[in-house]
Amino acid sequence: MSDFTPKILVFSTDTVSDPGIDLAGRNKMHYSPNVYVITLPCSSGIKPQWIVHAIARGFDGVFIAADGSDCALVPDCTARTAKIVSAAQALLRERSVEPQRVKMAALCSVCAEAFQKHMKQFGEALRKLGPARKAA
Amino acid sequence: MSDPERKIGVYICRCGGNISDYVDVDKVREEVERQTGVKVAKTSLFTCSDASQQEIMKDIKEQGLDGMVVASCSPKLHLGTFRNAAKRGGLNPFQYVQVNIREQCSWAHSDDKAGATCKAIGLVRGGVEKALRQEALEPIRVTSVKRVLVVGAGVAGMRAAIESADLGVEVFLVERSPEPGGAVAALGEMYPSGKNGGDVAASLREEIRRRPGITLFTNAEIVGKSGHIGDFDVAIRVRPPGGREESIPVNVGAIIVATGFESYRPAEGEYGYGRGAVVTLPEFERMIREGNGPLRRGGREIVSVAFIYCVGSRQGADVENANLYCSRYCCNAAVHASRLARRRIPGLRAFHLYRDIRTYGKFELIYEEAAREGAVFVRFDPAEPPLVRADGDGLSVNVKDLLTGGAELEIPVDLVVLATGMVPRPNDALTTMLKLPVGSDRFYNEIHTKLRPVETVIDGVYIAGSCQGPKNATESVAAALSAVSKAASLLVKGYVDLQPFIAYVMEDRCVWCGECEQACPYGAIEKIPHGDKEVARVVDALCKGCGACVPVCPKDAAQLRGSSDDQMTAMIDAFARETAGV
Repeated sequence: MSDFTPKILVFSTDTVSDPGIDLAGRNKMHYSPNVYVITLPCSSGIKPQWIVHAIARGFDGVFIAADGSDCALVPDCTARTAKIVSAAQALLRERSVEPQRVKMAALCSVCAEAFQKHMKQFGEALRKLGPARKAA
Repeated sequence: MSDPERKIGVYICRCGGNISDYVDVDKVREEVERQTGVKVAKTSLFTCSDASQQEIMKDIKEQGLDGMVVASCSPKLHLGTFRNAAKRGGLNPFQYVQVNIREQCSWAHSDDKAGATCKAIGLVRGGVEKALRQEALEPIRVTSVKRVLVVGAGVAGMRAAIESADLGVEVFLVERSPEPGGAVAALGEMYPSGKNGGDVAASLREEIRRRPGITLFTNAEIVGKSGHIGDFDVAIRVRPPGGREESIPVNVGAIIVATGFESYRPAEGEYGYGRGAVVTLPEFERMIREGNGPLRRGGREIVSVAFIYCVGSRQGADVENANLYCSRYCCNAAVHASRLARRRIPGLRAFHLYRDIRTYGKFELIYEEAAREGAVFVRFDPAEPPLVRADGDGLSVNVKDLLTGGAELEIPVDLVVLATGMVPRPNDALTTMLKLPVGSDRFYNEIHTKLRPVETVIDGVYIAGSCQGPKNATESVAAALSAVSKAASLLVKGYVDLQPFIAYVMEDRCVWCGECEQACPYGAIEKIPHGDKEVARVVDALCKGCGACVPVCPKDAAQLRGSSDDQMTAMIDAFARETAGV
């Protein structure tokens, strides 16, 4: 299991975290190519079912880049997104999947270093958990 | 799920090596070409070049493409470019999908070419799956009446009203106080125009009086708002002193909010405030404007004045409801006031005690003039602010001067002026009614300070002037004219096209539980009858496409165009398929 590189799905937002993730790329701040990003207008629009679906299909973890207080669309989106995360974690528990596979953190439009750090730390935490789909 | 009859064109950009140095774009092309629904898959050196765009347009026509994916840079750069190319080629522009394989792939994984290539394949496949499930959309066209509401008749609001009227737009200008004029009306000589603030306000009032297209309401407030961009119904309540209260309904296409600021009021005892000889900057400005001859305070003739900067601005987080921001205007205003005071007091001894000083732009000249005239500038450490105390019948200010290596100064003065900043005006009722976004500094928030500086997330509602944050009169007027041009581009044309990636409700699934209505921050959900049941409906002109209604719907009936359940799960599946190292 030593060469296991966790696969992470990131939900980012168009105007806040996505520019931060772009900036990490522009600065050639490397992170695992097993990190895939889906961009939405606001994190309060993420469905818990999508998170569960991602884990079921082979992602080892889902990272939600929340807007903090910068969201221009939904002022209380962080609180709403936190609820979505809790709902997704409850669904995962029902399926005997570790709730720690879902993580949320605020990421701003210039938070390139923070993104790189999150990917590293979350990747390490997931590596400890092992693959989400255990070998039969 | 995907239709084998579909014809998607996929264009993979090398970006002159920025992508192809790290991603094997030919391999990506080969993999994607085999994907169901893909008709054309090509690579090019620069997909954004004219030649490549021409080729895309030709393919759309000749191959009859019904969807298109460009895998290149961040959509922040060329989404519009390729959407336009799609449109010019005859494809519905909203059936175009941009995939970011540069910022979020080749550059981010320039240390791992195999990994970057695998990821790029997954990302492009995901983009194709999304495009396969993207229906043609039309922009939402909303027509507009040619009338505007301007809230606040300060310098920004008055100029907005005048300029709108000159564009042929009918204006309703609403002012809460009995007289239009705002903060500028209370100013004396302004820099650099040399004009008197009172005169400026008076001439704007005269300009307004001369324009029959402007209706001015004073002693008036906004008490109701409904509708949407192009068609707002607003209730104005007019309460003339001693007169009868009246509610006047108006219908407008856009609203410009120019409600201004309030001056910071120091706490009792802050730098000795509350003592007669400690005044705020606006109070000092009034002193030097009124009367003639020597300046007096409490009978004492004023010869020496200490100005203390950043009062109420850049406060430490330990202060309750701290104003963390720099109020911008006060450095200039304090230096200017000190120079004006010199005309009344030829022998004035002025001491400027600052943390940092920024007399930006043309104001640099008055800073230099003040220094030449003998004003003394002293820099203090915010951790050791100046101490103001009574000294006989005058005042004494103790300060450690960083410019002279921390020399302890004791400055006897006749007056202390606190350079107080601008604070947001409490306007909770208006803020709630118009759903105006408020920033962490409690001023109103534009969408983007640089790129969309007067637009709010509420379509048709614009903000201008110091309600957005500290601004001087020049900057407020610039913002006002900007808001006028944004509003007029809608009002004069008579319609606006809104982007169609908004929510919709699948009526067969919906059972009206009201969750989406609760979740919507914009009041865009209404209840309508549908056959023998009631269902939710999205009011297109009000929906901002945030998607907040999507996760709360227990029946999966609320969907966001461009990010539907179907699209999201198909993208996740495509991403999950490819694993680095395979």
